[in-house]
Formats: sequence, structure tokens, C-alpha cells
Amino acid sequence: MNSFWLHPSLLLLLGSLLLFLVPGRLKKGYLLLVPVLVFVRIIWMAKAKETYGAVTFFEPGLTFVYVDALSSVFGYIMGLMCIISTLYGMHVKENAQHAAAWVYVAGSLGAIYAGNFITLFLFWELMAFSSVFLVWFRRRPESLAAGYRYLLVHVFGGLALLAGMVLHCKTQGSWAFGHLDVAHPTPAIYLILTGFLLNAAVPPLHAWLPDAYGEGTFNGSVFLCAFTTKTAVYALCRSFAGMDLLIYLGVAMALYGVVYAVLENDCRRLLAYHIISQVGYMVAGVGIGTEMAINGACAHAFAHILYKGLLFMGCGSVLYMTGESKFTELGGLWKKMPWTFVFTLIGGLSISAFPLFSGFVSKSMIVTAGFEEHKLWVGFLLLLASSGTFLHTGLKVPYFIWFGKNQPKKEVWARAAEPPGNMLAAMVIASFLCIFIGCYTPYLYKMLPYPEEALKYLPYSSYHVSETLQILLFTGLGFFLLIRKLKPEALISLDLDWFYRKGGRAFLWLARKPVQSVDTFVGELYRVAGLVPLMLTASLAGWFDNKIIDGAVDGLAYSVRSLGRRLRPAQRGEMRQNLAFAFAVAAILIVAFVLFVSR
Amino acid sequence: MKLAKLIEFLRNRLKTVVWVCVAVLAVLVLGDAVLVDKSGAHTRAEKFPAFWAAFGFVGCALIIILSKWYGHAGIMTREDYYEETTEEDGHE
Repeated sequence: MNSFWLHPSLLLLLGSLLLFLVPGRLKKGYLLLVPVLVFVRIIWMAKAKETYGAVTFFEPGLTFVYVDALSSVFGYIMGLMCIISTLYGMHVKENAQHAAAWVYVAGSLGAIYAGNFITLFLFWELMAFSSVFLVWFRRRPESLAAGYRYLLVHVFGGLALLAGMVLHCKTQGSWAFGHLDVAHPTPAIYLILTGFLLNAAVPPLHAWLPDAYGEGTFNGSVFLCAFTTKTAVYALCRSFAGMDLLIYLGVAMALYGVVYAVLENDCRRLLAYHIISQVGYMVAGVGIGTEMAINGACAHAFAHILYKGLLFMGCGSVLYMTGESKFTELGGLWKKMPWTFVFTLIGGLSISAFPLFSGFVSKSMIVTAGFEEHKLWVGFLLLLASSGTFLHTGLKVPYFIWFGKNQPKKEVWARAAEPPGNMLAAMVIASFLCIFIGCYTPYLYKMLPYPEEALKYLPYSSYHVSETLQILLFTGLGFFLLIRKLKPEALISLDLDWFYRKGGRAFLWLARKPVQSVDTFVGELYRVAGLVPLMLTASLAGWFDNKIIDGAVDGLAYSVRSLGRRLRPAQRGEMRQNLAFAFAVAAILIVAFVLFVSR
Repeated sequence: MKLAKLIEFLRNRLKTVVWVCVAVLAVLVLGDAVLVDKSGAHTRAEKFPAFWAAFGFVGCALIIILSKWYGHAGIMTREDYYEETTEEDGHE
């Protein structure tokens, strides 16, 4: 059998189709079996390291599988996260939700293994159009609207990407999905970059992320937080390593996410803003572009998928059990959901880069790469952002949900309890991996694009441990001293989506008011200047037809009839007399003709 | 639920927990000043004792204060901000 038929994306797509035929009693096993098979296939592909699955039915054709260390590490973590996320939502009865999630993962894996731009684009769009269902399935009016906005923004990004690809490939003559000439960027390269940056949620193209991820289903957001942005980070690693612009954008977004997280009242939107912040580290790493920085970007993406998934699982469990995700509606849940608290805390400590947790061994590679390249401002600002990360994700989220002075409503309190076993099991696995990666670094470092460089890096130096603990623990001190200022407020924060949300309304207003007025005016003008004269002309024509045409025809008929009446007495009934009369008339006519016409 | 009991146990002894935390902070700063090898520092400023402690604390305070100032400068608004406009437009 051709290896193409064992492409992980194809397995997931077929798996999602067959899901609808699987009987209920086998469904849970099937839901685990398919992602596990996909993961096994990914590991198998990483070992084979070859390019295959090329299909050429038009130029330049599609190359479905390109395996190297970079695609392998991203494929590995995507496959692993697919298992964990599916396990987390395994009890959801609606098949379509699982199918949408798997198609979304298939899109992500397809993009990661894509060997050329056309294949990348195909799977890129598959991701966008399948993931929107993970928002819509929440079935709130807000989710529906957020889903449409998400889709529109991604269509814009997809078009920019397509335009850039076509322009680039026509000028360069190659469709290969590889490193681009970032030292001499052309408009085509900037268009491709726009498509990638939009999916990576780089400001000002970021507002779709908190908007959609905050509105996703409790398990849909676990998928969402892992795949789109990290696939974009992968694409940036492959094509834009070493582009200086990305350093500035990365550092700016690391801080941007932190600022908005302070203001956020919804725990899942807060986590979404922290995705922007964390992806900022990766984007900055790609911009620095050294082996250490690229290793750091990949390692951080790997770690991030796990701990961010874990955080979304923790907050998703709160939402699933209580129906609430706002800090102002929650508080004191440690009595009801203590294990969920512990798992969320592990996620919070991992994202904050506490020693012995995954973020510590990944994030520090990027910061170190910044310092090593003598970009001190990059190192210091990223460390400042990590203080903000601990402030929100490590402290604010656990404190205001599980402790705090706020008391939830009675019905919310009554509903609160630990989530079902499969959700807890998924959180246990993710928590274990967060700690395992933080404690046993070779597991992750060996998979990175430059493993020799990675294995030389020693994160557990006394200086680094001391530096990190001081930053984080004194951030903790600041949190408790300034806790009054951080008290959640039942408000929303305006972000750059304001422009297209209000812009959309302005467009509607434009359509309703000026355009509609013009339309009404034109309609009236048509009625007055067109319809009225038309009706007048029509009645005139009717009168003319009635009186003149019909009068002439009727008059002729009356004349013929009256002539007939007059001639009737001339008929005698005898043939000879009739013939004689006829001949006489004919003779008169001939004589008249000869006399008058021939003259 | 044993875990909840452990949390309750700690909550009932909040003062002790706070003092333990303060002691940890003090040990950390002392350890940084006395024990830690700072040859890996990238700038001279990092070699000051408790540099990163000050960085963390000041950074945290700045993030909170500046973000809240930014939020209250007009960025934070009522929750139905987008919905109300929709109703006015007669969409819902």
C-alpha cells in the first residue's frame, strides 16, 4: 500500500467520517483509537524521514508529506495533544463536535507536513473552516457572531497568503515551502507573512483569538488553543527564521497579551490573551533566528501546547460544571473542585516557567538566545512579560476562581463539582507531561531541530534558577500587596476588533441610511419620471387604438355592410341577368381604366 | 476529600503560611547574594544582590498599575457595549 494512504491527516479525516457509523457502545474506544493510531503513524514517519505522497494532477502538484526534524517535533506534539483533547471531551455525545475537531487537527497536521505552498494553503484553509464549528457548537448567539467574525478574519488571512504564494511562486519559479529570502523581502513575501502572522495572532491581527477562543465550547477551546497559532509558528520557523521584524513584533505581543490579561474578567479570554503573550516569545525566537532561538521557539511551542491545553481544560471544567467563566461570578471553589485547582495550578506554574515545570526549560532558551545575540532589551522585556504571566495565569486565575472573597450564586455553587473522570484523566496526563518535560529535559531537547545545540544548553544553572525564582516569587509578593487593584470588574476591554465590529455596524448604517435613501430616491424618481409618463402613454395608446384604429376598422365594416344592403335589390335571381349585370360592371371598369389610367 | 482538607488546614493557619512565604523570600534573596555564581550574568546590574527580586516586584507593580490606568482610560467598558448597538440597529 502506498504510504500516502497512511497520512495522519487522511486517517483523521476517514476516522471522522466513520465516527457517524460507529455504534454507541464502541464510541469511546473508537474516539481514543483513532488519535492513538494517528500518533503512532506520526512517530513512524519521524523515523522514516522522507518525502512522499506527492500527487501531480496539475502543476506544481501537491506534496503531502515532507518530514524533517522541524515538522516531526510539531507533528509529534499535535498528535499527542489530539489524544489528550479528545479524551477530555470524550463524553460529549454529539458526533459532529468530535468530527469537527478531528478535521481541524487533520488541517493542522496537513499544513505541518506540507511539502509545497499549494498543499500548505489547502490544509491552512481546512483548519479555518473546520475550527469555526468548535465555536459555533456552543450555540450561544454570541458564539455564532464570534464564529462569523473568526471566519471572516481567517478568510482575509487566507487570501493574503494565497496572493503572496502565487506572486512569489510566479517570480521565483518555485512552489517549495521552505526558507524565504527574508533579508530582501518582496511584497509577495510580506503577503505570505501577513497570512502567517494573522494565524499566529500577532497584533494588530490578533483580536480574533480572544474573541473566538473565549466563546468556544468547553472542549473546543482546548483544541483551538493548541493548533492554529502553533501551526503558524511552525510556518514562521520554516520560512521566516532570522527576520528582524519578528523580534519587535514578538516582544510587543508578549507584553500586549499581559496588559489585556490584567483587565480581563473572563478566565478563558484571559488565557486567550496569554496565548498571544506566549506566542510572542516564539515569534521573537523565530526573529532572532539562531539555532538556540529556533530550538527555543519549537520547545516553547511544544511546552505551550501542553500547559495551555491544561489551563483551558481547568477553566473549561469550571465552565462545564458551573456554567460560569467570569471571575466576578466565581470564587471559593477549592471546596468543590480541589483537583481541578491543582491541575490548573500546574498549568499556571508551567506557563510561568517555574523550575521543574515545562516552561522553565523552553522559554529560557529564547531569552538566553536574545541575551547571547546582545539584544539585551529583548531579554529584559521577555522576562518582564514572564512576570506578568505568573501574575495572571499562575496567581489571578487560581486565586479568583478557587479562593478570593467573592461568593458565587447559590445555583452556581450547587452545580460546582469535580468534572467527569475522562476530563480529570486528560488533565492528569497533561500535568504529568508538564512536570516530566521540566524535570527530564532530553525528552524534549532530542526532538528539536538542532538537538546537539539543545543538549548543550543547561537550564538548571544556579544563576538561572535563582533569577527565575526571584522574579516569580517577588511578583507573587506584588500580587498580594496590590490585590485590591486586581479585583475583577464586570467589564469588557475594547480591542482592535472594535474596528471591524464597529466598522461592520458603520457599513450596515451606510447600507440602511444613505444607500437606502438613494435607493428610495431613485425609486421615486423612476415612479415619477418613468411610471407616470408610461401610464399616460399607455392610456393614450389605448384611446388611439379604441377610437381611431377600432373606429376605422368598424367604419369600413359598416360601409361594406350598408353597400351590400343597397346592392342586394339589384340581384334578380336569374343567372343570365346576373351575368349581364356583372359583365356590364366589368366593361364599365375596363373602359374607365383605359380612359383614365392609360392616359 | 483529602485535598480539600489539606487546603482547609493551610487556610486555617494563614498567618503561618504567610510567614513561611516571607521566610522563603528572604532566603532567596540571601542565597542570591551569598551563594549564587553570577558569572552567567549578561549585564553589570544583574550582579547587584536581589536585582531580579526588585525586577520582579517592580515589574509586577508596573504591569498592574499601567494596565489598569490604560483600562480605565476608556478601554474598559460595559459588558453589553456591542450588544446594545446591535439592538439599536434592530438586529436582535
